[in-house]
Amino acid sequence: MSATLPREATPVTAPLLSVRGLGVQFTGDRPATALSDLSFDVQAGEVLGLLGESGSGKSVTLRTLLRLHPPRRTRITGQVQVAGQDVLALQGAALQRYRGGVVSMVFQEPGLAFDPVYTIGQQIAEFVQAHQAVDGTTARARALQLLERVQIPQARRRLDAYPHELSGGMRQRAMIALALACKPQLLLADEPTTALDATVQIQILLLLRELQRETGMAVIFVTHDIGAAVEVADRIAVMYAGRIVEQADVATLVAAPRHPYSAGLLAATVGPGSRGRPLPAIAGAPPDLSALPAGCAFAPRCGQAVPRCRSDQPPLLPGPGGTQLACWQPVAGPVTGLQTA
Amino acid sequence: MNAADDRGGPAQPLLTVRGLTRHFPVRNAHPFDRRRSVVRAVDGVSFDVAKGETLGIVGESGCGKSTTARLIARLIEPDAGELVFDGEAVGRFGGLALKSFRRQLQMVFQDSSASLNPRLTVREAIAYGPQVHGLSRTAAQDRADALLERVGLAPALFAQRYPHELSGGQRQRVNIARALAFEPRLLILDESVAALDKSVQAQVLNLLQSLKAERGLTYLFISHDLNVVHYLADRVLVMYLGQVVESGPVEQLFQAPRHPYTRALLSAVPATDPAHRTTASPLQGDPPNPIDPPSGCRFRDRCPQAQPLCAERAPLMRVGRPGHFAACHVDPVADAQADEGPAPLWAAASGAAA
Repeated sequence: MSATLPREATPVTAPLLSVRGLGVQFTGDRPATALSDLSFDVQAGEVLGLLGESGSGKSVTLRTLLRLHPPRRTRITGQVQVAGQDVLALQGAALQRYRGGVVSMVFQEPGLAFDPVYTIGQQIAEFVQAHQAVDGTTARARALQLLERVQIPQARRRLDAYPHELSGGMRQRAMIALALACKPQLLLADEPTTALDATVQIQILLLLRELQRETGMAVIFVTHDIGAAVEVADRIAVMYAGRIVEQADVATLVAAPRHPYSAGLLAATVGPGSRGRPLPAIAGAPPDLSALPAGCAFAPRCGQAVPRCRSDQPPLLPGPGGTQLACWQPVAGPVTGLQTA
Repeated sequence: MNAADDRGGPAQPLLTVRGLTRHFPVRNAHPFDRRRSVVRAVDGVSFDVAKGETLGIVGESGCGKSTTARLIARLIEPDAGELVFDGEAVGRFGGLALKSFRRQLQMVFQDSSASLNPRLTVREAIAYGPQVHGLSRTAAQDRADALLERVGLAPALFAQRYPHELSGGQRQRVNIARALAFEPRLLILDESVAALDKSVQAQVLNLLQSLKAERGLTYLFISHDLNVVHYLADRVLVMYLGQVVESGPVEQLFQAPRHPYTRALLSAVPATDPAHRTTASPLQGDPPNPIDPPSGCRFRDRCPQAQPLCAERAPLMRVGRPGHFAACHVDPVADAQADEGPAPLWAAASGAAA
């Protein structure tokens, strides 16, 4: 993909993250194409929401950016550049410096991401020492500072707590503290609030927003929940079957989605105004990634599909206002998306 | 369902729950610690489910909503409390035998694959229960095929498949079909749509709505997703740390919540409009540990309006507008109406058990 992407109001500097023609295939017994021809940019200080259902490739995208896939069973094509570095070429010590130092990640299940036999303080301090030449006392002081920064009450006591001694919300705060320990330029958040209770979820979303504004880091926020995306993202990219099908700033996407899938997803999401009538559901289920259809992957479920949709893959093309769309038969006008009653 | 099974008539609640309680003992951290700790998972819960209505139960993890469901289905034995099903006491001498009660009530769980036997085909899984209860093999399989057809899975394509060959949404349809195979009157849906993708969730919610209308079912719908509860439920019960804090008709409760916890839950729902993002979190901290709940009102240490009185006495359930109950000392609606007569019996019972 050498096509120039639209970037009006262009910052003079190059984007912090630039992904071009990224493809990921898992080889093995049942080969599957998890990502195909993925291209997007993230500017410094921008929050991009990746929205999609299970199997759409959102988490695979994040893991590819951190190079977490086992190299022997994964085929990666395309280009990924972060702050001028070619991520796919990184090896050894450079890769370790990159992970955590330039880009770090917050996982969905903090209970599984922490090591259960070390205290929270030890794990954060270890991480700091791996990236910076500081002694143990300084690293521990930095860990304390971080826990206070993510608003963990009685932070000094929590420093010596094991992960199982913390509640879910507290663990996710500690996870964020760990991810921010070395001041990354890009934070990857993989459904960080999905496993949390409603009243805790909103606290974490607000915390992420506040930390992002304060540090000026860029964030890629992966979620299946349009509400969570609206709360934090500047721009939303909708993914389906390993491709970005539509991209727009959050207000445009929520008010006037153009791809039939984005429109369908918004309409099918239960909102305050849905009561008393059947939900406009999208028929069928997402496709099998090991046997993708020839044309647009959404065509079999799409109400507006024409023969061309079943034979030719629609390319992701720039539209007005910096939006992007991959569809032969886009939704015409603004449709009733989420009810904002 | 067959009208023949309706004993008490339309005014008799299908299910009446009174003072349902279950405490789980927990091992102490220190072996010489003599104090016995208990998790008060469900602590004096009382409510009615009218025939043909959908009662939604909402609350955060640890509030006891799933334990309540399991106690009603008698998957766990309660410590105290009684169940009355269509006028008959469940499991009492002279009442409804547990076996026939269970046949009239079925459950659909959150994890669609864990609740299906991986070694049974879809048809076998649905026909299994009716066969155990005395239906012939062919009749049970015919019923299974009819149900598969009804939940939108063509029997010719799906009946011979195993659970791992289905998607999550399809598996949940099978679970619904299996629950319906007994022709139950009450269906308990415990986070049944929580694990599904949004586009599939909408399909299953539509299916549940049309099945209910067509078969005159009654639903007990447990969920943490307030939007889904608002969509589906006729009446809502809000639980906090093992107790009911508020209950009422869905529109009234969502429009004019009376308990501070309900208000917090409602304002914690993420915005759908980027121009009106949430600016402040309604509550701080996580839900507290149900082992050692605060004295008096259990919500008081997270409550923005807590008074000294809240620490001293547990608030009683008080009625505001008809059918709308809340247990809160600082709720002005209840104060205004408190003198107008005694609260209904069940409200008093739930307060006393606290």
